Amino acid sequence: MATTNTASAPADEPMISVEGLNKWYGDFHVLRDIDLTVAKGERIVICGPSGSGKSTLIRCLNHLEEHQQGRIVVDGVTMTQDVKRIEQIRRNVGMVFQHFNLFPHLSVLDNCCISQTWVQKKPRAEAEKTAMEFLERVRIADQAHKYPGQLSGGQQQRVAIARALCMRPEVMLFDEPTSALDPEMIKEVLDVMVELARDGMTMLCVTHEMGFAKTVADRVIFMDQGQIIEQAPPETFFNHPQSDRTQMFLSQILGH
Amino acid sequence: MLRSSSSERGPLWRDPAVRALVIQALLLLGLAALIVMLVTNTLANLEARGITTGLGFLQERAGFSIPQTLIAYSGDSTYGRTFVVGLLNTLLVSGLGIVAATVIGFAVGIARLSSNWLLARLAAAYVEIFRNIPLLVQILFWYFAVLQALPSPRQSLSLFEALFLNVRGLMMPAPVPQPGFDATLWALALAVAAVVGLSLYARRLQARTGRALPVYRLGALILIGLPLAVFLVTGRPLAWDVPALAGFNFKGGVTIIPELMALWLALSIYTASFIAEIVRSGIQSVPSGQVEAARAISLPGNITLRKIVIPQAMRVIVPQLTSQYLNLIKNSSLATAIGYPDLVAVFAGTTLNQTGQAIEIIAMTMAVYLLISLVVSALMNLYNARTLMKER
Amino acid sequence: MAEMATRIEMIEARRPPDLRRGVLGWLRANLFDGPRNSVITLCVLAVLGWGLWPLVQWALIDADWLGSTREACSGEGACWVFISARFETIVYGFYPEAARWRVDTVFMMLGLLIAWLAIPRLPAKRWVGLFALVGFPVVAYVLLLGGHFGLMAVPTREWGGLMLTLTVAVVGIVGSLPLGVVLALGRRSRMPLVRGVCVVFIEFWRGVPLITVLFMASVMLPLFVPNEVEFDKLLRALIGIMFFWSAYMAEVVRGGLQAIPKGQEEAAKALGMGYWRRMGLIVLPQALKLVIPGIVNTFIALFKDTSLVLIIGLFDLLAIIRSGLTDSNWLGFATEGYVFAALMFWVFCFSMSRYSQYIERRLHTGHRN
Repeated sequence: MATTNTASAPADEPMISVEGLNKWYGDFHVLRDIDLTVAKGERIVICGPSGSGKSTLIRCLNHLEEHQQGRIVVDGVTMTQDVKRIEQIRRNVGMVFQHFNLFPHLSVLDNCCISQTWVQKKPRAEAEKTAMEFLERVRIADQAHKYPGQLSGGQQQRVAIARALCMRPEVMLFDEPTSALDPEMIKEVLDVMVELARDGMTMLCVTHEMGFAKTVADRVIFMDQGQIIEQAPPETFFNHPQSDRTQMFLSQILGH
Repeated sequence: MLRSSSSERGPLWRDPAVRALVIQALLLLGLAALIVMLVTNTLANLEARGITTGLGFLQERAGFSIPQTLIAYSGDSTYGRTFVVGLLNTLLVSGLGIVAATVIGFAVGIARLSSNWLLARLAAAYVEIFRNIPLLVQILFWYFAVLQALPSPRQSLSLFEALFLNVRGLMMPAPVPQPGFDATLWALALAVAAVVGLSLYARRLQARTGRALPVYRLGALILIGLPLAVFLVTGRPLAWDVPALAGFNFKGGVTIIPELMALWLALSIYTASFIAEIVRSGIQSVPSGQVEAARAISLPGNITLRKIVIPQAMRVIVPQLTSQYLNLIKNSSLATAIGYPDLVAVFAGTTLNQTGQAIEIIAMTMAVYLLISLVVSALMNLYNARTLMKER
Repeated sequence: MAEMATRIEMIEARRPPDLRRGVLGWLRANLFDGPRNSVITLCVLAVLGWGLWPLVQWALIDADWLGSTREACSGEGACWVFISARFETIVYGFYPEAARWRVDTVFMMLGLLIAWLAIPRLPAKRWVGLFALVGFPVVAYVLLLGGHFGLMAVPTREWGGLMLTLTVAVVGIVGSLPLGVVLALGRRSRMPLVRGVCVVFIEFWRGVPLITVLFMASVMLPLFVPNEVEFDKLLRALIGIMFFWSAYMAEVVRGGLQAIPKGQEEAAKALGMGYWRRMGLIVLPQALKLVIPGIVNTFIALFKDTSLVLIIGLFDLLAIIRSGLTDSNWLGFATEGYVFAALMFWVFCFSMSRYSQYIERRLHTGHRN
């Protein structure tokens, strides 16, 4: 298993551990008794029908959603209500959204520099250098001075990936990163994600791209009705699904 | 008007180009006829009433006094000066109103989004009550029901024996600069320059080293501290002319006449209810994904507000805000209902009644408001062009 | 590797463990959520107690309601006798008592028409709307002004109160809406002269205050027409109001026209429709439906601004109340008078704004589906 180059927690300690996580929206029980451990460098794909709680789960990991019961530890830091601690966790966790959520009033370069400037307090030149380095990696450095609105969906999503990487996170969360894209743009984003996986980034990825799951995932997790139904390496998961629900889901998603 | 396939041409009256020409020609003719008719009628009517046209009346003696003038004015001044006095009074109440309405409006708009249920309800009630009552009713209410019900000067409500509120208005101490006060003014100017310099330096420092200075706190310290220090060191060279009761009225100090107070109160409270809605919808127009993305890259709350939410909300807020400012300026003309001497009251009112120069006076009054509208719209377009979101 | 188990039994949904339920839970979540919110709540309560309670006491608890003369006022709270004693005047102005049934009839018709148009379920909106715009004004004109069909003539100087306010408002909207539609179409015309004239017309009225328009209508209009033509004061004001609000209406309608996709007009063109059919049958119906909230909002603004006619000496609702304040038998009731006027206007405007919000929500859901 590959390791990240900037390890902060001991290698044997899990990158993320979730115990007994429960969450409600009002009276609706969205996440039910979730237990999950993610090792350093592990690549996990989470799938499941819509409304199964998969997005909510990864949004809990950087406290975009608040949970009511259970324990979340990210890179050795336990999640509490403390704002400073939440910010500390978020510095280690990058996130890519379905709808990119780039800042439309800032240029691509500024999108990548803003957190380096205000969180890491880096000099402008250094921030720009880091930004260009990652924009280079997602192959969009030539668009650095454009505004998000001037880019295609695929390009915007690659910028969003670069923006998250600029904080040099230990973990990357992907929340359906290709669902809002036109078919011809999906590949350019997936290519970047595959490369990232090859470099040993710890990744949790909510997606329906089963091809991606087969190529890079160490483990595929299937969720339904707010609970983890089944988890297995892709080989086992796709060829010998255990539960009926998983089989039905796979036949629906791969069937057509 | 050439067509590529002239053989296919239908009857002339079905050709759109010909039709367009005919319609426009008819419109032009109609307009011309209307104008000729209006002008002949007007000239005939004016002659019948013995009114001479022209702007000559502006040099004539006005002969009436105005209760509030920002420049020297007396009954011997000309109608031209009346016009300027009225215009300045309009601008005064508009300026005061814009400042107050903005402050109240932003406060109420933000309060409407508060997580505190009671505060949010209170703000909503404010908006629903005041924007649904005609401004004129509000002006009359403040003037006749509140300010006219205040006690006479002898029974004034007073605060620290310096501020006096009575039926004649609000009397406040007036600052009287003594010799040596100039130094404080210079210090203030210097402080402003220093703050500008500081913010430029802070930006450069941050770009070079990444260190962010607490610009707001330092700036406030300089802005207040420096002039205050100079003021104290030079021996506080400022006296106050405190209003004092003399006979049946107050002497000295500055008086805010009740007409101005009522108009100011009503204009700010009324306009603020609209501004509050604009602010609320502007803030809500920023998609929640923007804040989530900012949080995900661990930007702290105040930076998220300053760098992500406010710039995007302002693009929505500013154009609508400007049109509210224009409305406020136009609405200040309701002054005439309570006798605040604004442009409409003294010029389109008193001057018109005395001279009968209806056309010139109404045209001049309207021109002033049109000019303000045009200038503000032009500035607005400039702003829009500058902040235009770049799109594909 | 971590757990690889498959879950066989599904976990049943449970109730949240939260305390955010019940009255106490709600209070805690919404009012006392942390020290900052608690302080805010207490401050708001203090302001309400200090400001609102005396108001309630004055307006309701200590108020005098019964009687017909000044002697009925105890002077402790509000004296609503001031209003009830002159309620007839506030509604009808100086309209002759014998002919007030005519005003009532028109009020009733107006109420029915508005209700019919406002309730989405009722059918034949187009015909009722057409009647409201064309037929009703004629009927109302004949009934209110009289002088025909054996009805006693009532000159407009005897009109006043709520009746005049509603007349000005209804004429304003009935006149300004069609004119606004024409101006909006003109502003989008491809003929430069037509477009230019419309732009200048619209921007002129939008750039000046209504007061100056009313002044212009009352002092300049008589100069524009031949000397022998008698111009009614109310009519002059109505013309000014119509022109003024048509400009605002035009901008609202233009917004709707811009929101209609170009494909709609192209499709209509492809069906061989001419300009007026394309506009009348395809584009305008959609655009107008889209801007109903905007039209209602403009109407609210118009309704509030009808009060300005008091400045040129017409006796609308506000002016009637104000004139009552100078009645030597009833001096010193300014607060009651203006509060009542405010309440009357508020009831009308608030219900209209609620209606416009309701329509807006309906439109939004309509689009989503």
